[in-house]
Amino acid sequence: MNIALALEIVVAGVVLGVAVWTIVARDNYAAVVGFVAYGLLLALIWVRLDAVDVALTEAAISGGLGGVLLLGAAARLRAAEMAAVERPGIGVHLGAVVLSAGVAVALAAGVLFLPDPAPSLAPAAAANAAATSFGNPVTNVLMAFRAMDTLLEKVVLLLALVGVWSLASDSVWGGRPGPRHWADPRGVLAFLARLLPPVGAVVGIYLLWTGANHPGGAFQGGTILAAMWLLVIMAGLTDMPPARSRRMRLVLIAGPAVFLAVGLGGLWLGEGFLSYPVAYAKPLIVAIEIAMTLTIAATLGLLLAGAPEREA
Amino acid sequence: MSLFFNIVTVVGVSAGAFFFLSGTVGLIRFPDTLTRLHALTKADNLGLGLVVLGLLPQAESLRGGLKLVCVWLLALLAGATVSQLIARAARRGGSSQ
Repeated sequence: MNIALALEIVVAGVVLGVAVWTIVARDNYAAVVGFVAYGLLLALIWVRLDAVDVALTEAAISGGLGGVLLLGAAARLRAAEMAAVERPGIGVHLGAVVLSAGVAVALAAGVLFLPDPAPSLAPAAAANAAATSFGNPVTNVLMAFRAMDTLLEKVVLLLALVGVWSLASDSVWGGRPGPRHWADPRGVLAFLARLLPPVGAVVGIYLLWTGANHPGGAFQGGTILAAMWLLVIMAGLTDMPPARSRRMRLVLIAGPAVFLAVGLGGLWLGEGFLSYPVAYAKPLIVAIEIAMTLTIAATLGLLLAGAPEREA
Repeated sequence: MSLFFNIVTVVGVSAGAFFFLSGTVGLIRFPDTLTRLHALTKADNLGLGLVVLGLLPQAESLRGGLKLVCVWLLALLAGATVSQLIARAARRGGSSQ
């Protein structure tokens, strides 16, 4: 047994252990902390599987963004939990166990009983990689071969934001989301919020740019930009833009709009919807990715900020 | 020369792992929030630094080495800031247990 295999077995065991711990934790807050650790460890497994793109997304979304969302939810639920008279009975618990175990068994069966060799489009994707001149096969699939899925995914993000905003009450509709944060302007949080964003912006843009040939891309870069934006807001250095702000709404639709425009252009100039003219494939895709990064950063930041709750 | 580099790596990473281990022991054994934070940040900063130091000779390029150093510096910054914030919250909340 070599050392790499031993490491993999240990990491897999720890992931399973953290998963079980997350489920049996009595406190919501502890369960969320367990879930964040679970996401970060899962990212390690993706790295070991050479799926670095997936690992980056897993760490950013499940470890970072999802963790913050769930922590907020746990904090809101805490008061309600204390006052709750009715606790879920043994039947609800049993039902949840059966349902989760059923899903896990079905997934495991799906993986274990794959025909050998498993059906794969990877060779076809690799053979046609030259069409876009991107070195990262994941970017090829996301932006060219399965561009429709990526376009719809961005629209779903926007719909999620509309869903969050629709929780606002009428009087503050169009107002600023989330509370106004205050922090000591000479304190340590404000210091971090001044020092880190320039570095984070460079890393975010680098991830977007390097996504052409190496692991990275619009989603990973956009998540880092969103984190930097939220840091500045949490330190009280600036405020969330109001939901009615036209400029912000333009940023929110920039990604899907540019994507759609290029797609419709393909209908007119190329062979069909979302087919890029080969000579311009790379600049077109990079343009879409830049617009998408801005949209993703704005959408994720606003999703975390929540519904509008105060007048601008 | 490569033997020397490998020795540096083994010594550096082992020392780093030792500090991570002692930090974890401190996190579990120390009595209150402030001392636990102390154990965690001191050990993590030093542990990660030693791991990075040990990995530097294995970096394929100057750029890779600089990235490793950046990871350590960013972790230092984040660790120092977050421990300050947690410590303040713990003191304000009065829950030092």
